[in-house]
Amino acid sequence: MATILTVDDSTSMRQMVSFTLKQSGFDVVEAADGSEGLHKAQSNRFNLIITDVNMPKMDGITLVKELRALPAYKFTPILLLTTEAGIEKKKEGKEAGATGWLVKPFNPDQLLSTIKKVLG
Amino acid sequence: MTTTAQSVDVQANYSENTDLENQYLTFILSNEEYGVDILRVQEIRGWESVTTVPNAPDYIKGVINIRGTIVPIVDLRMRFGMEQLEYGPITVVIVLKVIGENRERVMGIVVDTVSDTYDVPEDSIKPAPDFGEKIEVNFVKGLATINEKMLILLDIDQLLNSGELNILD
Amino acid sequence: MGIDLSQFHETFLEESFEGLDVMESSLLNLDAGDSDSETVNTIFRSAHSIKGGSATFGFDNVATFTHVLETLLDEVRSGDRDVTQGIVNALLESVDCVRSMLEAQRDSGDYDEAQVKSVQNRLEAILGNAESNNEVTEAVVVVEEKNSSNGWLIDFKPHLNMIQTGNDPVRIIRELESLGVIGVKANLEKLPDLDVMNAEDCYLSWEIELYSDVGESAIREIFEWVEDECDLVIKPLQTEVATGEEKPVDTPAVKIEIKPEVDVLNKTDEPVANKATPTRTKATGEGGSIRVGIDKVDELINLVGELVITQSMLGEMGQNFEPSNIEKMMDGLSQLERHTRELQESVMRIRMLPISFAFNRFPRLVHDLSSKLGKKIELKLSGESTELDKTVMEKIGDPLVHLVRNSLDHGLETPDIRKAAGKPETGVLHLNAYHKGGNIIIEITDDGAGLDKEKIRAKAISNGLISESEVLTDEKIYDLIFQPGFSTAEAVSDLSGRGVGMDVVRRNIRELGGAVDIVSAEGKGSTITIRLPLTLAIMDGQLVRVGKETYIIPIVSIIESLQAKKENINKIIDHAEVYKLRDEYINIVRLYETFDLVPDSTSVNNGLLVMVEGEGSKIGLFVDELLGQQQVVIKSLETNYRRIEGVSGATILGDGTVAMILDVPGLVVISRAKTNVNEDKVA
Repeated sequence: MATILTVDDSTSMRQMVSFTLKQSGFDVVEAADGSEGLHKAQSNRFNLIITDVNMPKMDGITLVKELRALPAYKFTPILLLTTEAGIEKKKEGKEAGATGWLVKPFNPDQLLSTIKKVLG
Repeated sequence: MTTTAQSVDVQANYSENTDLENQYLTFILSNEEYGVDILRVQEIRGWESVTTVPNAPDYIKGVINIRGTIVPIVDLRMRFGMEQLEYGPITVVIVLKVIGENRERVMGIVVDTVSDTYDVPEDSIKPAPDFGEKIEVNFVKGLATINEKMLILLDIDQLLNSGELNILD
Repeated sequence: MGIDLSQFHETFLEESFEGLDVMESSLLNLDAGDSDSETVNTIFRSAHSIKGGSATFGFDNVATFTHVLETLLDEVRSGDRDVTQGIVNALLESVDCVRSMLEAQRDSGDYDEAQVKSVQNRLEAILGNAESNNEVTEAVVVVEEKNSSNGWLIDFKPHLNMIQTGNDPVRIIRELESLGVIGVKANLEKLPDLDVMNAEDCYLSWEIELYSDVGESAIREIFEWVEDECDLVIKPLQTEVATGEEKPVDTPAVKIEIKPEVDVLNKTDEPVANKATPTRTKATGEGGSIRVGIDKVDELINLVGELVITQSMLGEMGQNFEPSNIEKMMDGLSQLERHTRELQESVMRIRMLPISFAFNRFPRLVHDLSSKLGKKIELKLSGESTELDKTVMEKIGDPLVHLVRNSLDHGLETPDIRKAAGKPETGVLHLNAYHKGGNIIIEITDDGAGLDKEKIRAKAISNGLISESEVLTDEKIYDLIFQPGFSTAEAVSDLSGRGVGMDVVRRNIRELGGAVDIVSAEGKGSTITIRLPLTLAIMDGQLVRVGKETYIIPIVSIIESLQAKKENINKIIDHAEVYKLRDEYINIVRLYETFDLVPDSTSVNNGLLVMVEGEGSKIGLFVDELLGQQQVVIKSLETNYRRIEGVSGATILGDGTVAMILDVPGLVVISRAKTNVNEDKVA
């Protein structure tokens, strides 16, 4: 089964995403900010990365840019977690190379269907 | 049942085929036999020296240390205004669990000697007549006759929560 | 699949409370002039996290409120709005609101909805929204084109770089299958020769026929992510086969999602309890829990291990005892003593926490109070890492708040008064903590007006606490403010002028085994010093003998012990005795009288006098003999018995017997009462 990296500075959100995906059989690794996320991405192989936008140390958009610069992650699906109000973030994210986004708040089912869609 | 200078664990002595709710541990005080609810008896100890407590009434002999807790000791003869007895080898302290308004306490009472345990069915307890001023009727739950003996059953909570022992003064 | 989200609630609440604390201290920094963008970002992120989480986990009231809060913070952080004092204050109040809502959630209690609504309105007013919304309306309006044919023709031309965003065109096309039946035609026109082809680019495009009665929006939704990375044309299909009657097309009308309204409960609004004392202590109560560092636990395990070894060694010696082993045994015993002491110290340290936990409420308190009082006050904190027992810290919280408020209210002056006195407009309040001799000392210092001796004296006389003719040292005058019923506040301010304050503060501190006093210089300021034992359970005691009984005097109260000289003893009015110690007259307390015992001798010069201090006064305790000094474990008398006057607790000595611990402040009060009574008798 696929391995997914989830990056979010909110512990409860990470736990929720992690739990939901694990229940469906995915392997999940967590990171608390963009810089930790990048580090983990470099030392592991992920099939999908989900990241929040607003985080300390390195925000989500920057993380996307950094990931796309790595050969291993040139084509890996990367999803941004955005809020309804953040339309510019969606654009910014796409420009940085993100695959798509998930709008917060979302429930576990929405998360799963999006993931499954992307991973095929 | 003999008591020795060591504390005796009461639980080992109750009769097996009755439930403890109606069991009483009895003791002797000036030739009368009194009983207390056995479920309230924590342990039985021999008399040991106490540390006197300042400004306490004479029936509060003092306090002792039981496994790290400070426990007050009440001389029941003095509480009832009886003649005081000199303490000897069969003098016994019964350590009881006393339930007050909002808490539980542990206290010991000095008695002449411990007698036995009896099963006293609820319906065989008769109300007590007036004993006079010496023993307030509040303290007495009732009277019962077992094996031709009259037992005076005490209400431990009333007895040990009253007077100077009442912390809500 | 229903996943129970409530399992994440506790974590969310915990991290949110932490986030609120961060917001608060960051806002206080902003206030002080630090509009560092990193600070603002931190504040924004905290609010953003709480908003996201509360919406995800279904705490809609919190989500609604924090949405407004976040909007305002977003404007601030993007530079569209300047930070003003008014905004900071509104934001601080917002923190309070969110906190109260989350606490209500955690404790299944209530919060002040009117308060929240009012703050929300203020935020919206700042943002320029005249209307206050309780609902966050998400209107997703989808206008559907009526489709008269039986499907759509989709022209899908990805740009060269579409795959580089991780979007796979095949995957997208497959998704279309979920809408209906599709027929796909690939266009290979643009595909270059292999030798010039870049494998990372997408040269293909597709024409897709979708036989479905869904509206266009459903199709666009599938392409949402790649909107900007492709050319997309969607046209209704030309019907090639006449199917007769058209199927009525489902037009999903305007889709509007409205978030549920904030619960309007039919309750009388309960005012936010005790806004005056923002305690924010977690609801742990007496049976709470402590976080302990693993290192402390490991240390304990090591010490217990050593203890076990020493004990078994001694046990063995005892079993095969030989007189020649006596020295070894003594060594073993002293080793045992050392290990036990180390273990005891280690265990005590587990209950110790830095005093910063108690201090951290003060920046906010001082900030709010000083603006309320119209005073400029700078708060300095030092020694925050000084550790003390968790329970002591919890119980010292309220007294500290009261004392700080007192300084702010009565001690520190308004800017103009300060200016007129030649002082800087901003007053300084300094909280300091340090360890000294087995105690923790907390100092509250202000550079305010100091205590007015005359005013205090006058008030004490009018309250009957002292007589007009009494001559008192400065120390004794300052101490009067701790007497019950004393207050020099002209108008009873709701903050601290009620006169029930200082004596309660002293009593609370006394109950913790500590002491408090005050030193002041008129016009310059005051310092309140609180002394607290490091632990409630153990203290250093001096054993003394009175007659047959052994008592313990807390070493911390002892000034000195001496053999009384007859000529220094004076009787005042028959019963009150004083001892002349250098240039002071100190009341003598005959403990055998207090406790109704038989002493060795009733002549004071045959015994010893132990000079002790409490409640701002000194007394001399008359005892027969001084026994050793030792650490004693404090046991409660009140658990099974009751409080005894003059006794603060009991302990168990090495021989298993019980010894009473003297309550020095209590004895001081008794002796004072006695002398007053006697004075009255004569007068």
